[in-house]
Amino acid sequence: MIVSEAAEEILEALWISYEEEKHETLSLSELRTAPEIHILKELLEAKIIEHPEKDKIKLTEKGLHHARDAVRRHRLAERLLTDELAVKSSLIHDTACKFEHHLHKGIDSNVCTLLGHPKFCPHGKPIPPGNCCKEESKSALPAVSKLSTLGHGQDGHIAYLHTLDPKRAQMLISMGVVPGAPIKLLASFPSYLFKLGEGQYAVDSSIAGEIYVRLG
Amino acid sequence: MDTVKNAADKKILLVGQPNVGKSVIFGCLTGRYVTVSNYPGTTVEVSRGRAKIGQNNCEIIDTPGLYSIFPITEEENVTLRLIENESPDVIVQVIDAKNLERMLPLTFQLMLSNLPLVLVLNMFDETLASGMTIDTALLSEILQIPVIATVAITSQGIGQLNKIIEEKLKSRLKPAPASFPKFSYDAMKNWYDKARGITDRAVKKRDSGRKLTRLDQMLISPLFGFPILALVLYFGLYQFVGVFGAGTVVDFLEGGFEKYINPALANLANSYIPWPVFNSLFVGEYGIFTLGIRYAVAIILPIVSLFFLVFAIIEDSGYLPRLSFLLDRSFKKIGLSGRAVIPMILGLGCDTMATMVTRTLPTSRERIIATLLLSLCIPCSAQIGVILGLLSATPIVLLAWLAIIILIFVVIGAILAKVMPGDKPTFIIEIPPLRFPQLSNILKKTFARMKWYFGEIVPLFVAASILIWLCQLTGFFNLMTGALSYPLYLMGLPAKAAPVFIFGFFRRDYGAAGLYDMHKEHLFTNNQLLIAVVVLTLFLPCITQFLITIKERGIKQGIGISAFVLAVAFGVGMLLNFIFNYSGIIL
Ligand SMILES: Nc1nc2c(ncn2[C@@H]2O[C@H](COP(=O)(O)OP(=O)(O)OP(=O)(O)O)[C@@H](O)[C@H]2O)c(=O)[nH]1
Ligand SMILES: [Mg+2]
Repeated sequence: MIVSEAAEEILEALWISYEEEKHETLSLSELRTAPEIHILKELLEAKIIEHPEKDKIKLTEKGLHHARDAVRRHRLAERLLTDELAVKSSLIHDTACKFEHHLHKGIDSNVCTLLGHPKFCPHGKPIPPGNCCKEESKSALPAVSKLSTLGHGQDGHIAYLHTLDPKRAQMLISMGVVPGAPIKLLASFPSYLFKLGEGQYAVDSSIAGEIYVRLG
Repeated sequence: MDTVKNAADKKILLVGQPNVGKSVIFGCLTGRYVTVSNYPGTTVEVSRGRAKIGQNNCEIIDTPGLYSIFPITEEENVTLRLIENESPDVIVQVIDAKNLERMLPLTFQLMLSNLPLVLVLNMFDETLASGMTIDTALLSEILQIPVIATVAITSQGIGQLNKIIEEKLKSRLKPAPASFPKFSYDAMKNWYDKARGITDRAVKKRDSGRKLTRLDQMLISPLFGFPILALVLYFGLYQFVGVFGAGTVVDFLEGGFEKYINPALANLANSYIPWPVFNSLFVGEYGIFTLGIRYAVAIILPIVSLFFLVFAIIEDSGYLPRLSFLLDRSFKKIGLSGRAVIPMILGLGCDTMATMVTRTLPTSRERIIATLLLSLCIPCSAQIGVILGLLSATPIVLLAWLAIIILIFVVIGAILAKVMPGDKPTFIIEIPPLRFPQLSNILKKTFARMKWYFGEIVPLFVAASILIWLCQLTGFFNLMTGALSYPLYLMGLPAKAAPVFIFGFFRRDYGAAGLYDMHKEHLFTNNQLLIAVVVLTLFLPCITQFLITIKERGIKQGIGISAFVLAVAFGVGMLLNFIFNYSGIIL
């Protein structure tokens, strides 16, 4: 079933409160924008959400899948917009909302593979894995891995940085550790040593775990 | 009108990423030597020098390295403030040509300032050797600024740089300086993309680039790295500085002083200064010549110069950043990152210098821990030298001293890591290539540091002699030794050791040199010797460092750190005495 953009927003909010804040139900007042009645109705009729108490809604079993996919598409869209299309960060959320709506099943796994099965959106929130990611993790070489999991001499390009500390991201970027730069792991004990262009850097395991490398 | 001639009428600012050769170029332009070493973060303070470029009297300013106009560390801030406030006439950006692509974004950022910019592609020798050629004319055309290739260490290209600066200075109009924007990821990405596009056009050929050599691999593997570190310390520090410097050389010079110089001076003084009071100021027990100058010349000078020599070789090879790779994990346990290895090792040379280098640490938590450990545990070269000389006859005391100092370093560090608020440190450092040290730089650096050190200590030693002399005259000296006798008693030390600790307030090495004298008279048992040496090592390093600590950390933290250091020093002394008494151990 294909739901509207506004409906996807509601599903995402429900999923986030369920998955990340561990609340089964969500009161309507907690939504970013007050939902329109006909959208709620549409979702209730499709048995995607339930209405256990007054002013509260919750996801059904079936709804959970829908919602998870919506979140996945939203966050993939955000990744796509920042990594590949360099959209200004202030615009990302809204553009992503429009964009995700067009990333339906099948297309989302193509995008996911293109991006190298990213694990986090640009804001650091986890992206729920799809089937394509599961297949990927079974094969020996995932397309994108943390620098800290590479073997000696493995190389590739930096896919993205995943760090929650803005100051640290700023430091890495200023030093030249930026998406797109060619990188090669030279040593991994007692610290990590990598080559970036002609330069070499030593980092600790926490930074090495925040640099994601697209191999090859 | 003559004064106008002397005033510099143009300002030229040297900026660029760390370790690209700014300070070498500063030396080429001004003829003034500033420290050059092979690791990022050598320059942490601004140096100014003069040069005549064409008809212009120029002030050339060497700055600490800067990764971007969005500073993270304090020394980056220093440079940024200079760009913003000094209104330079020309900015010369120095780049390591091998890393053109990574360093060009800073060029775009500097362009935002609207100031006239010149780009220097330094290390062109290494660039060519790595199989890379750069079309500087094309690069200049694309960037619309002059681009010059140089090899600073052989002064190649400096003449051309002079001409270009002269050319730039001719353009009269000075554009309105613009202020820098805030950090934004998107702007950064644009700059990097632009840099990539430009290097794709201007850089002709690229090899696979720098690989790890066999030596490189050994230095950074724990299996070989730690034994190599031990060898470096044993031969460089113990054998060369300790046994040869503090032993052979000091004995020789001391002998000279005792046999010839002191008696001669005493004779001279006796015949020309008949008043015993003034006589003792110059040649008395604590006299300016017999104590101050003798300590400085016969004991401290040989030790410190040998130490700085070894040190310069280590610094110029590029060994220190590799050591920080090796030690990062261990340093995390004491609340520091591998980056702090460099100030700690520099502290073995001079704690004052090292305290300034703590600026390169990214968080104030790390800076406080590092400053405190430097004040407390890291003996400076002069002190190490004297202590090695003092204890070389009793290896067991030497080993016990080493073990106790390391133990205190680790324990205090671990406690600080636990109790200090703030985030855990992270570690990132650029590792420069191993370079063969240049003899000329090593000699110049050693000499410059000796000169600086001497300028620092001789006035202090003389002042100490005068102060002590005054105190003796007024009876204050006896008061002080009296006041110290109780803490000394608690530490199991003879009251005669009091002057040593009074000297120690001026400088730890001065105190250590005092111990050296007392020990020659066999005034200590081995136990007492160990306690005295440990307490003096933990003691406040010297007045200069005390002042620098206050300057870098602020008055509150500075005084706090010093009070803590004193308390720990005496506390450990008493504890050791208690342990000895209780257990009956006799070394
Ligand atoms: N091969 C080669 N080495 C160079 C050249 N210029 C500088 N070096 C070396 O590069 C190292 C760094 O030089 P510095 O002048 O200390 O660099 P800096 O830019 O002042 O560094 P910071 O003060 O740390 O920012 C030293 O070991 C120099 O000997 C060059 O043209 N060729
Ligand atoms: Mg420098």
